[in-house]
Amino acid sequence: MPNFYTDNDDIRFLFKHLDLGELAGLCEEDFKFASQFDYAPADAGEAIRNYEMVLDSIGQLSGEFIAPRAESVDREGNTLNPDGSVSYAKGIAESLDKLAKAEVMGFTLPYRFGGINFPNLVYSMAIEIVSRADASLMNIFGLQGIAETINAFASEEIKQRYLHDFAAGKVTGAMVLTEPDAGSDLQAVKLRAFQDNAGNWFLHGVKRFITNGCGEVLLVLSRSEPDRSGGLGLSLFVCDRGPTVHIRRLEDKLGIHGSPTCEIFFDNTPCQLIGERQRGLVTYVMALMNGARIGIAGQSLGIAEAAYRVARDYASSRKQFGIAIEKMPAVRDLLIDMKISLEAGRALLYETSRVVDLNIAYQKQLELNPPADKEQLKPIKEQARRLDRLASILTPMSKYFCSEMANRVAYDSIQVLGGSGYMRDYAVERHARDARITTIYEGTSQLQIVAAVRGVCSGTAEKYLTELEQQNYDPQLEDLLAKLAEGTKQLKRAVTFVKHQGTEYMDLYGRPLVDIAIDLIVGYLFCDYASSKVDMDVPIDVEAGESKEQTMPMKKRKAIVARRFITKNTIKIDALVQLICSGDKSTLADFSALVGPVVEQ
Amino acid sequence: MAYNCVVLVKQVPDTKRITGKAMNDDGTVNRAALPAIFNPEDLNALEAALDIKDRFGGTVTVITMGLPAAVTTLKDALYRGADEAILVTDARCAASDTLATSYILSCAVKRIKYDIVLCGRQAIDGDTAQVGPQLAEKLGIPQITYVEKPVEIEGRTITAQRNIGNGWQKVKAQLPVLLTVTGEANVPRVAAAKKMMKYKAAMTPAGVEQKIKAENSHASADEIKELAVQKCSEMDKKGLLIEQWNLDFLKADLTWCGRNGSPTKVHRIQSVVLASKETKSVEPTDEGLSGMIHELLEDKIIA
Repeated sequence: MPNFYTDNDDIRFLFKHLDLGELAGLCEEDFKFASQFDYAPADAGEAIRNYEMVLDSIGQLSGEFIAPRAESVDREGNTLNPDGSVSYAKGIAESLDKLAKAEVMGFTLPYRFGGINFPNLVYSMAIEIVSRADASLMNIFGLQGIAETINAFASEEIKQRYLHDFAAGKVTGAMVLTEPDAGSDLQAVKLRAFQDNAGNWFLHGVKRFITNGCGEVLLVLSRSEPDRSGGLGLSLFVCDRGPTVHIRRLEDKLGIHGSPTCEIFFDNTPCQLIGERQRGLVTYVMALMNGARIGIAGQSLGIAEAAYRVARDYASSRKQFGIAIEKMPAVRDLLIDMKISLEAGRALLYETSRVVDLNIAYQKQLELNPPADKEQLKPIKEQARRLDRLASILTPMSKYFCSEMANRVAYDSIQVLGGSGYMRDYAVERHARDARITTIYEGTSQLQIVAAVRGVCSGTAEKYLTELEQQNYDPQLEDLLAKLAEGTKQLKRAVTFVKHQGTEYMDLYGRPLVDIAIDLIVGYLFCDYASSKVDMDVPIDVEAGESKEQTMPMKKRKAIVARRFITKNTIKIDALVQLICSGDKSTLADFSALVGPVVEQ
Repeated sequence: MAYNCVVLVKQVPDTKRITGKAMNDDGTVNRAALPAIFNPEDLNALEAALDIKDRFGGTVTVITMGLPAAVTTLKDALYRGADEAILVTDARCAASDTLATSYILSCAVKRIKYDIVLCGRQAIDGDTAQVGPQLAEKLGIPQITYVEKPVEIEGRTITAQRNIGNGWQKVKAQLPVLLTVTGEANVPRVAAAKKMMKYKAAMTPAGVEQKIKAENSHASADEIKELAVQKCSEMDKKGLLIEQWNLDFLKADLTWCGRNGSPTKVHRIQSVVLASKETKSVEPTDEGLSGMIHELLEDKIIA
């Protein structure tokens, strides 16, 4: 029986390689919860066993139950009923029931609300596993950031009211942000929040493109300060789905058909304020969005993994010109690039999730339990600042890289399958349709680049690359590390050039700048894996015939991956740096001539 | 109205993952070479019980008869939502056939207050489908076998749909009743996070004693016993002690147990190894397909 955790050597390797013990200690606050909750772990070893058991269980559910339903979910979609309620596709409803029974709907929530208090890193793994089975289900399973936002910012009363139900899987939620005129630009949100004489809050207006807007608990971004335009006029509210919440429309989408995308009209809906007024967008939604971006990166990985596996399998069995097509160099290249970029995305996302977990832990310590001694406080504050900067650059990088990667991989899977891939008989066309949204929602790739390029140019990326350079690696990787060090120098050269040109030029060349930084970071992460202490053998393809061995240590395999990745990227980085330093501003200077006028249709 | 369910489960070798070493030279199963798993249809029986508990309330108690290692199957049942687990283990149970097994299990079930007893239709190691029906006879309660759908219950009346091979039959019975459940009846839930996190430490008293022995290699037998008693009471308080019953505790008639109580005698075992020798490509044309069908008919693979 398929298990999407145990059959994935890369996830299992990273589970062992990454220091989950450190994260467990931080999440569990030195394992103080063990005395209060009978299921909380008493030490790091036990916590890691818990993580693995839960991933195994989710892997089993995903492989045996969720994946076989994905095709019919895609065909069936959701239904808007005449009474305004929404019915999920049968497979989604059944899978949500199983996920609730598996007690994984409060993945990162504290024990006191019935959650399992796992780190975000393990949640990212789980999101990938579920998304591989059905990308559209992730839009509900992966929305746990809603509960997390309530946990982080709402009053105790609101927490008690909602979080137990979230953790038990009795309710699902929605992030109700987007409006017809406020997509990427959430500062333009208009939906009105007003108070009656008694001080009770109400919502009035329309929201659009709301994922799972039919959920029971809605977090709504709205304008509480009518006289104030921009982000500081917005606050965040929570309300229940009730008679004043009208689902007016379900969108008819290209992909993720199992995920209902709703247009909602709030007709003076009673609601409660989360946290403080005016911090809705600038603090709370920013935090919520960062979590959601990591979720989308995980969803992208899952789709790419699913698509790659179909292509890998097909290429070995499909014969043309008397040989399996996997023997042809052009097909081999496609497969190898798909697989390596998939592993690159995973490396970046897991590192990001790890940094986010460390960041949360440090911020929590500073907020709740700061050391009284100033000498002790200083290094903690410094580390917290460092992690915060790092998280704010790695998060958009992960979202951007993984979603673009998933689109490429899904697109190339269709290519490997040729005509068959274009037909609905195989799942790859669904994977390609499902992948398409990932570079758009929760911030487009273009916006992720804007967010990341500032960190690349401000020195955060350089500092991080220097830290990575100073780690210990296997001596056999020396030549690759020299290439990465040279790449970092080149990046510095490009950044210096860009800085002289000004902000507009920085945005113009944002994408190549961010691409270089990602390639270098992932290069170091691959070298780290190739220096791993983890002893794990993975199977290799005996049929291909280059080697008689049936298995290979993962460490050795990762060295091969690192060699190909870094060698190819060195050449690419050279070209990108030349491009950035070319000074070409035709995009700005010659736009009207290059694209011509708008022609009336 | 709440119902108390008892589910009988078995740990079996995974016959779907046969390797070359699956059989000993004498033709008996090499259990060491096969991974031990939860008998698949017993998982359906457990799911049926948990479903009854979800819908009507009540309790789910799981019993297994087997070696001490079968405790992993009981823990798996606890991970999925069983309230209590009992291991029936005794060297004198060895070599029990279905008659002896159902007798021993009946002694165990009689000690529990129950409304519904559930078994998997059959176990994948023996494929007899006899233990459930025999157990119902020994308990003196009605049985509904081959249940293929979630049951309906109203008061003390249960309605179940059973598969009768060429169709189905709806049967009503008064509680208490015994059901045997097929793989089509439901899809078992997976292990639940919080329950795994808690019950992964669960052990039987014998397991506790063994662990203490391993950790205190220099302690005397009395000291170990004392430590074990202490540890067991700690674990019991936390709900982590799995009950362990032997034939003395069950007051079982030993002439009905183990080899003595088993009229089944194995006459001869033949080791048959089927290996694939050749492959054949069939052209995707009408001629190719009818040729293949013809061949399969001739070989009596299809009728």
